[in-house]
Amino acid sequence: MSASDDNESVTQSARWSRLMADAQNGDRTAYESLLREIVPFVRSIVARQHRTPDRIDDVVQDVLLTVHRVRHTYDPARPFDAWLAAISRRRSIDAIRRRVRRNAQETSDDQAYETFADPAANRDMEVRDAADLLGSALAGLTERQREALELVKLKEMSLAEASKASGQSIGALKVNVHRAIKALRAKLTGE
Amino acid sequence: MEMDRLIAELTADARPVKRLRRPSIRAFEWLIVVGAIALAAIVVFADLHLFVERASDPRLAVELIATLVTGICGVIAAFQLSMPDRPRAWMWLPLPPFALWLATSGYQCYRDWIVHGPAGLQVGESAHCFQFIVLTSIPFGVVLLLALRRALPLDPNRVAMMGGLGVAALAAFVLQFFHPFDVTVMDLTLHIVAVVLVIGGAALGERILDHRAARA
Repeated sequence: MSASDDNESVTQSARWSRLMADAQNGDRTAYESLLREIVPFVRSIVARQHRTPDRIDDVVQDVLLTVHRVRHTYDPARPFDAWLAAISRRRSIDAIRRRVRRNAQETSDDQAYETFADPAANRDMEVRDAADLLGSALAGLTERQREALELVKLKEMSLAEASKASGQSIGALKVNVHRAIKALRAKLTGE
Repeated sequence: MEMDRLIAELTADARPVKRLRRPSIRAFEWLIVVGAIALAAIVVFADLHLFVERASDPRLAVELIATLVTGICGVIAAFQLSMPDRPRAWMWLPLPPFALWLATSGYQCYRDWIVHGPAGLQVGESAHCFQFIVLTSIPFGVVLLLALRRALPLDPNRVAMMGGLGVAALAAFVLQFFHPFDVTVMDLTLHIVAVVLVIGGAALGERILDHRAARA
């Protein structure tokens, strides 16, 4: 840091010190200027410990709230930037601790993000899941089994009608329907 | 932008505030008031003749001074640390006298052990001392925490720990005026348990006060 930078930061701190002294006496204009001017300074300290802009913003706001709450502890005879830096560092560390504590207590459940507050919406999701499962079970059947199942069980044809439509014999249809149901049951119940 | 809104809200709420005086001055005032009360109690209730006799033992005199200095330093450190911009190093201030206090009473215990052996391990008068330290610390501790709270300390646990150590040491010092016998192993253990209890209680109390303040 050059000598001129040093002088600049000293005059800046002295100016903030005067503004805060006025603010402590109830001067709102001084207080507003002070809060606006200190934001970049606070941000530069917070940014040493936090990376994402959102989080930095949150902590900076927390620092401003704290400055407001403890503004009676500032002694205008002492440097303002040291007082402000101490509060900023403290709040930065508190934010890290809160995050660590939260991470230790919570586990991430990807499924949880797919859950909706409205139970009906969740049921829709479940139906879709069930349809996916059924689809994959059906894909495991042979062509003839699938055909027999569709004609006899879904379209509710008689065995004679189904035999005519598919060209499979009545005996073959019976066997294929039976095997298809057995295969589906095994797949869906995981037996 | 959110920051602008926050600044506007804070500015609207910027009533004049009463500046806190220097922590050293506030600590001094607290010590004077508590010292006056303790002195009055000692003059009225204590057997000073017996005390003077015991204090003529240089080892005991060192222990007494170490206890008193631990108390004073703990209270000063607590007031300093309650301010946001005072160095954290203040927390080391009461540790040297605290170590001396433990060492001198520990030496006394060791001697006692040589003389009495395991018989010194009985809870006799120690229970009374334990009660004394805890009960004396509670009112002083509450008054101290209320004084410290005015700064809304950013690190309330550290402040409460220093305050608790200070108050417990002061209580142990005052106890010496009502304590017509030497320290046994059980005495020392119970003294330490009492001190730890007071420090823990202080930390808990500070946390409760802090939460109440946060909600207000």
